[in-house]
Amino acid sequence: MNEIVPVVEMTDIAIGFPGVKALDGVNFRLFQGEVHALMGENGAGKSTLIKALTGVYTIDSGTITVLGEHKQFPTPAASQAAGISTVYQEVNLCPNLTVEENVMLGREPRRRGSIDWKGVRSRTREVLAELHLNHVDPGSLLSSHSIAVQQLIAIARSVEINAKVLILDEPTSSLDADEVNQLFRVIRDLRDRGVAILFVSHFLEQVYEISDRMTVLRNGKLVGEYLTRDLSRMGLISKMIGKEMEALAELDQAPARTRARTDSEVTPFVEARGLGRKGSVSNVDLSIYPGEVVGLAGLLGAGRTEIARLLFGADKADEGSIRVKGVSQRIRSPRTAIDKRIGFCSEDRKEEGLIGDLSVRDNLMLAMQASKGWARRIPRRVQDELVAEYIATLDIRPANPDALIRNLSGGNQQKVLLARWLITSPELLILDEPTRGIDIGAKTQIQKLVNKLATEGMSILFISSELEEVLRLSDRVAVIKDREMVAEIKNDDVSVEDVMTVIAGGTQ
Amino acid sequence: MSSLSTLTPLTVKEPTPLRNRMRGGARYAPTLATLGLFIAMFAVGAGMYPSFLSGQVFLNLFIDNTFLIVLAVGMTFVILTGGIDLSVGAVVALSMMVSATLLQQGWNPATVIFLVLVIGGGLGLLMGLIIQYFDIQPFIVTLAGMFLARGLCYVISLDSIPVTEGFFTSVAQAQIPLSGDLFVSPGVLLALAIVAAAFFILHHTRFGRTVYAIGGNEHSAMLMGLPVTRTKVLVYALSGLCSAVAGVLFSFYSLSGYSLAAQGMELDAIAAVVIGGTLLTGGTGYVLGSVVGVLVLGIVQTFIAYDGTLSSWWTKIVIGGLLLVFILLQRLFARRTA
Amino acid sequence: MKSLMKNRLAWPVIALAALLLLNQIFRPDFLSLRMQDGHLYGSIIDIMRNGAPTILIALGMTLVIATRGIDLSVGAVVAIAGAASCAYIAASPEPASPVTAAMAVLIAVMAGLFLGLWNGFLVSTVGVQPIIATLVLMTAGRGIAQLITGGQIVSVSNDHYKSIGAGYLFTLPISILITAAVFVLAAVLTRRTALGTLVEAVGINPVASRLAGLRSRNIIWIVYVFSAVCAAIAGLMISSNVTAADANNAGLYIEMDAILAVVIGGTSLAGGRYTLAGTVIGAFIIQTLTTTVYTLGIPPEVTLVFKALVVITVCLLQAPKARNLLRSLKAAPKPGTKEKVAI
Repeated sequence: MNEIVPVVEMTDIAIGFPGVKALDGVNFRLFQGEVHALMGENGAGKSTLIKALTGVYTIDSGTITVLGEHKQFPTPAASQAAGISTVYQEVNLCPNLTVEENVMLGREPRRRGSIDWKGVRSRTREVLAELHLNHVDPGSLLSSHSIAVQQLIAIARSVEINAKVLILDEPTSSLDADEVNQLFRVIRDLRDRGVAILFVSHFLEQVYEISDRMTVLRNGKLVGEYLTRDLSRMGLISKMIGKEMEALAELDQAPARTRARTDSEVTPFVEARGLGRKGSVSNVDLSIYPGEVVGLAGLLGAGRTEIARLLFGADKADEGSIRVKGVSQRIRSPRTAIDKRIGFCSEDRKEEGLIGDLSVRDNLMLAMQASKGWARRIPRRVQDELVAEYIATLDIRPANPDALIRNLSGGNQQKVLLARWLITSPELLILDEPTRGIDIGAKTQIQKLVNKLATEGMSILFISSELEEVLRLSDRVAVIKDREMVAEIKNDDVSVEDVMTVIAGGTQ
Repeated sequence: MSSLSTLTPLTVKEPTPLRNRMRGGARYAPTLATLGLFIAMFAVGAGMYPSFLSGQVFLNLFIDNTFLIVLAVGMTFVILTGGIDLSVGAVVALSMMVSATLLQQGWNPATVIFLVLVIGGGLGLLMGLIIQYFDIQPFIVTLAGMFLARGLCYVISLDSIPVTEGFFTSVAQAQIPLSGDLFVSPGVLLALAIVAAAFFILHHTRFGRTVYAIGGNEHSAMLMGLPVTRTKVLVYALSGLCSAVAGVLFSFYSLSGYSLAAQGMELDAIAAVVIGGTLLTGGTGYVLGSVVGVLVLGIVQTFIAYDGTLSSWWTKIVIGGLLLVFILLQRLFARRTA
Repeated sequence: MKSLMKNRLAWPVIALAALLLLNQIFRPDFLSLRMQDGHLYGSIIDIMRNGAPTILIALGMTLVIATRGIDLSVGAVVAIAGAASCAYIAASPEPASPVTAAMAVLIAVMAGLFLGLWNGFLVSTVGVQPIIATLVLMTAGRGIAQLITGGQIVSVSNDHYKSIGAGYLFTLPISILITAAVFVLAAVLTRRTALGTLVEAVGINPVASRLAGLRSRNIIWIVYVFSAVCAAIAGLMISSNVTAADANNAGLYIEMDAILAVVIGGTSLAGGRYTLAGTVIGAFIIQTLTTTVYTLGIPPEVTLVFKALVVITVCLLQAPKARNLLRSLKAAPKPGTKEKVAI
């Protein structure tokens, strides 16, 4: 077998979206019989690279070769024809069809124009048997099976087309430990049979368990390709998050702030015990005291946003309890959370924050107006005062309340969203990546604001991928890894390295 | 290379086979419920009116609704992909107007029918292309299609045009005897042939399975490499074609063309499909279910005809009520499986 | 925002002006108004009076569409409201008294209120897609109207009732005044309260609205009720104008005209920003178009074909894909602006 020629080789790949370079000069190669992990934070370009390879996106420049042959993938069908098969996290099969149809769809054997259903069944049985899924009835509906089995059925589809390359995009995120083990056994079998497997996961431990080699991306650029056994967890993490935080070191040190009292005599503003949600995060214990900034550290995708959403009622928790000011509460919707004086700035400004076609004024007033109800419009005079005040304090530019918010820069949009909550004078503000993708000036302003608010007694849950930022602002840091809270560190002289060690090494 | 056969079978947690089978059976549940409803209605009718319980009353349900059966077939395809076609009633009327006018001018019936089918299919194709390539909601495009077809009817004539052409009249009067003194019309055979063809296409061709896949999850269907765009466009062309056939059948039935004919028939077609167990969100349903749906609508009408005291408008109210019940059942179903 | 509003209204206004001008050229007395018996007469007045029901319904439809919804049942509501009020008058012991007329109006409006609550219930609480939810009433509604009228065309002779659709007040047709009043009311209701902004917020970004604590359920309920009440008032006008309730033909296809008016007026079917003024202009355009067809001597039957072409053209112009296409055609031979597969 020719070991030199990679099954897939992508050279100098570039893909751009309006305003963003999603991939820039990335090289990637995949060999037969290996499990290759593609690593990087959210937004690093992993999924863009996969979509380029599966024909969902077309590349702007660069070349893709499969077994040395130049290929172009204008459609998913073209990529599949070249022997590349993908199993996505959300299982891209059709739940309304049977197992056998999902395995064979589009490639059913035919006899005189009619689908040979007997052939479909026997071929499906063969493939399922190869994956030791004999107990799965080919005629049963896909939706009657667990996600784990659905994923294996998706893999069966790849086996059926004799895929040379199998891409597994976050296959384990909704599986429990047993299911992951079983999936890994199938992956190893396929690898041993010569299939090239591209594995993407946020779970570091799983990556180390299953992969032979890894390629690391950061901000759409290639960091490097490494043998898994040669790269320590610490090394990997620092390559993934990079050293760009040095650029921030020149920022003013946060002004000294008196620590919030967190002793037993003070009731925490919010106290979560064993909070969790199936397929999301589990077992979160977290207390936030008045005037305290708690940072959530962990890699992107580790479960930080999920915790924030549970606290805010954006997703309903199905286990654990939440107490607000010592009183047990069921937070069923954002509205309930807001009534309890909680605010939440989502990391996804565009989809979950901005009302793009409305003005700065309307966006600023939205949360307050929503809690007053539609009938009691906040008088224009009050609006003008509040809007003018927050535009001035947060230095929102342009200082025009009637500008459409979608025309503002990212930093100014973020400030508007912050102001939307500040107007409601919350007692707990959850900030999910408030400084991502905005310019340094706005970033500093937001950091200072966080400090000021905490000094004034507000509780703040601060989420950021930049550990330095988290450490600079937080009184305490909760470390999230693989969808669980693994440690809580009091921030006395904790260094970035200390936290990274925790993230890399598991529990303290 | 380690051999796969040395490995022990996987023991991934699974629902029990029994539950599995029940879930499988649930696929047919809405359609079976409709069938049960139909049988019950027929039984009640037979109990109330002795003459109800006759083979011919049953066959008349087909004879009087051939066009609706064909419309429902086309609509089933569209709704299975998660779309909707509001233009079908107007296209039926247009087909009738075109045939009546051309026949009056002495055109050959075969040419006329062919032309009508081309117009119907072409209109459907056009709507499908606009929906797919400009990404405009199906309901607004087909609404415009409805306007267009209805408007073209008015342009052709505002008056009713009688059909006196020999072939059409002989088909209209033809009765195909079955056993005893039972009979059906030629239109019934054509409609049933179309149902059979649709059944074959939906269940035994890749095109048909793609229709189901799109309704189940369009994004997945695309990622699986299925021809999503082509299929979605063709579905509307098919519905247009079915509307044209229904128009021809309706011409056989009524022997005239009239601009205001088939008013609101799109609603009947949609109601038949939904009552027949097809989910409006797409992906689940059977063309045979839609036929049963038409029969249920037909029996409602028969009932009202038999009962002298009930007025014809009860048909609309009952259809609306049935539509509502089945939509609510669908919501319930969707919530439970979600 | 001022300039934006101007921008949004610019095209509809130009289209309306062009249509009026066209008519003026073909019929020089088109724009002239004259006074007769203390009533104002003229083509413009006719257009406004004939367009009044469409305008009313389109106003309601605008808010529904702004929340990403649609209301197909308005035609059926028109029929029910007309049937209910006429049937009441016909059956009352004093069919000509003003009290009876007032009661009839009240009954029609209450019917609209109830039907709107029903639509809103299906959409907001049960979670049925708007087009399907309102389809139920569209199907059953005409049957209900026929049930009320007993399948007959119910004629009434009540001068007070007749004046709603055919009467005059301050030299102007009462139907125009009612429509103007509803327009002002809607404008005030949406802009003096926060309703307008919240409707737009729900239509533009439902996810972000929810996270900002908005209860979209109530908002959706309100817009469907408003739409049905507008339709009920339109039903009153239509039936009073002919002093009869025709369950089959009253308000037939009026949902199409209303949707068309909204779209022409510049409100996107995708929901979000809306303009009530634009909708009114859109409805005028439709009504003027119908008049123009007569003026130009085109057979009136063609109107429907015309409308179909207009609606599809306007939708195409609004569709992002078509816009991109136009833009790339304008920015002609520029490589690298290829389309990404939308996911």
